[in-house]
Amino acid sequence: MAAADILAPARPRANRAISWLVFALVIALIAATPFLPNYHVRVLNSLLIYVLLGIGLNIVIGYTGLLDLGFVAFYAVGAYSYGLLASPQLGLHMPFLLILLVGACLGAVTGILLGIPVLRLRGDYLAIVTLGFGEIIRIIINNLDWLTGGPQGIARLDKASILGIQIARPIDFFWLLLITVLVVGTVVWRLERSILGKGWAAIREDQDAARGIGINTTNAKLAAFATSATIGSIAGVIFAASQRFVSPESFTLQESVLIVLMIVVGGIGNIFGIVAGAAILILLPELLREFAEWRILFLGLLMITLIIARPAGIVPRSFGPEKLIRGLFGK
Amino acid sequence: MLGHLLQQTVNALTIGSIYALIALGYTMVYGVLRMINFAHGEMFMLGAYVAFLALSLLVGDVGMSGALALTAAFLVAIFLVGLIGVGIERVAYKPLRSSTRLAPMLSSLGVSLSLVTGVQILAGPQPVAFPSFFPVIRYEVMGGTISLMQIGILIAAFALMFGLHVLVNRSRIGIIVRAVSESRPTAQLLGINVNGAISMVFFVGPLLGAAGGILYSSYYGIMSPSMGAVIGLKAFTAAILGGIGSIPGAMLGAFILAFIEVWGTALLPIVTNGVLGTEYRDVLAFAILILVLLVRPAGLLGEAVSEESIVYKREF
Repeated sequence: MAAADILAPARPRANRAISWLVFALVIALIAATPFLPNYHVRVLNSLLIYVLLGIGLNIVIGYTGLLDLGFVAFYAVGAYSYGLLASPQLGLHMPFLLILLVGACLGAVTGILLGIPVLRLRGDYLAIVTLGFGEIIRIIINNLDWLTGGPQGIARLDKASILGIQIARPIDFFWLLLITVLVVGTVVWRLERSILGKGWAAIREDQDAARGIGINTTNAKLAAFATSATIGSIAGVIFAASQRFVSPESFTLQESVLIVLMIVVGGIGNIFGIVAGAAILILLPELLREFAEWRILFLGLLMITLIIARPAGIVPRSFGPEKLIRGLFGK
Repeated sequence: MLGHLLQQTVNALTIGSIYALIALGYTMVYGVLRMINFAHGEMFMLGAYVAFLALSLLVGDVGMSGALALTAAFLVAIFLVGLIGVGIERVAYKPLRSSTRLAPMLSSLGVSLSLVTGVQILAGPQPVAFPSFFPVIRYEVMGGTISLMQIGILIAAFALMFGLHVLVNRSRIGIIVRAVSESRPTAQLLGINVNGAISMVFFVGPLLGAAGGILYSSYYGIMSPSMGAVIGLKAFTAAILGGIGSIPGAMLGAFILAFIEVWGTALLPIVTNGVLGTEYRDVLAFAILILVLLVRPAGLLGEAVSEESIVYKREF
């Protein structure tokens, strides 16, 4: 990872400059958002949803080192929680925050349900089983017409409101998503630094050695799956509330793959990397919209080039939140 | 009933042999590079498109006719796709050989995306009718129907698989490929041309995949730029089921998967009394895969390798 090291501790000044630059850009973007047209705000919202998904999946892939290709299943669990509990489908109209809680719990349970059978599997076998799990959930949703509306999905979902404040315009969702990303991001960043996070890192580096030094790998892996699934599910609830429509189309294998790509292109194991990866893979296709199919071809070629040029991701692993804070407040 | 049974069995064998041709490419690449080649499904798709192009050139411009043109188009297409496979490895995977294990896999996703959209731009996104490579003749056997096409596909697929068997187990090239599969560093120390062996695998795998694509499109009479994704996933599942890295495993997995699909489609509604319809056959296939992996975490014929040999470089 030598390439990373324009930001090495020996160059505190460079770190300071970059930190302030990043900070200023982000603040400027956030400050400008209320004045952007709705379409642009929607694009930013979809970016934030993917960042949230990326943060969730990164726990399993980046921290624990398990390749999960079925992450979209948890996203679907959250989205359909909102779809079923706040729509005419079952005649239920629960408040948004309650569904967020229910969705998060359901997500955690699904995560553990997936986690238990795959504990023994490693590497590529784990990848295919999680992939199969994601497909199973999607096919079931697609065919359980009486409950989920099948391929037509569920329409006319309730407008979300939090404590009497209605969340309906894209800009409302922007603030909701921004707060969620900041809260979840901080929690996950602290988790990574916790004893549990160190257990995850140990499993990633060498599972047998981790067990050897007394880490309960079973519990640590289940915790990783559960946390990751909870975040995926939260993203799903917000996604459904903002679209006011859910259908199985949004939860295909391609979606899981896109999230994995985001994490890897951006810089695996690093929250800032996820933001960078999401920016490239979500914003770029939007910016190049007028080029129709050519933009997908371009995206494919860009992906190959980026991975060959920077296999460890665009943002170096060392440039994490600590580095930013240190750069900003100079400790 | 017996005729129906026979007919379903032949259907399953036909689909299974096509899956097997593709699964072999996944498993061989995994054998030498420990990498899942997500672009392999696209070799299957390219096979059909290149054969279609070759056929229209041969019939239209060269004026070749009938069976000769079909055979020539088939051979030209699989050879070309083999070369494309070698080229892709050189450009997109070779620079990542000493990188993390995830990097080449994601690069292959980029290749897959580029190929699908490339074909979409060149040939249009809509499905295209594909010519039948075999005369349409049907035989009635004990009340069931078997077509000449099915027999032809079975013969072609088994001939190719037999060819691969001879290549891998009876030839010098096979010894080299197996040595590299066993341990790349040791093979290198013994003076084996590792790059040559890898290129060989990236020639033979896509060649078989392309053959599968031509047979498949010929069987269903249709091809589309996105067809590689679905069938690629099936074949990949088959390779994992059989134990990825194992050549007989890939074939076994492919036939088991095909039988589950064909019989699952026929039996699911009967067994569950109509609660689960045929649309759940993929659920059944994945459920069986998960169950098999729970009992045998390395697949049916995969070796229970120790962690050291799996992770000779870091996963991520």
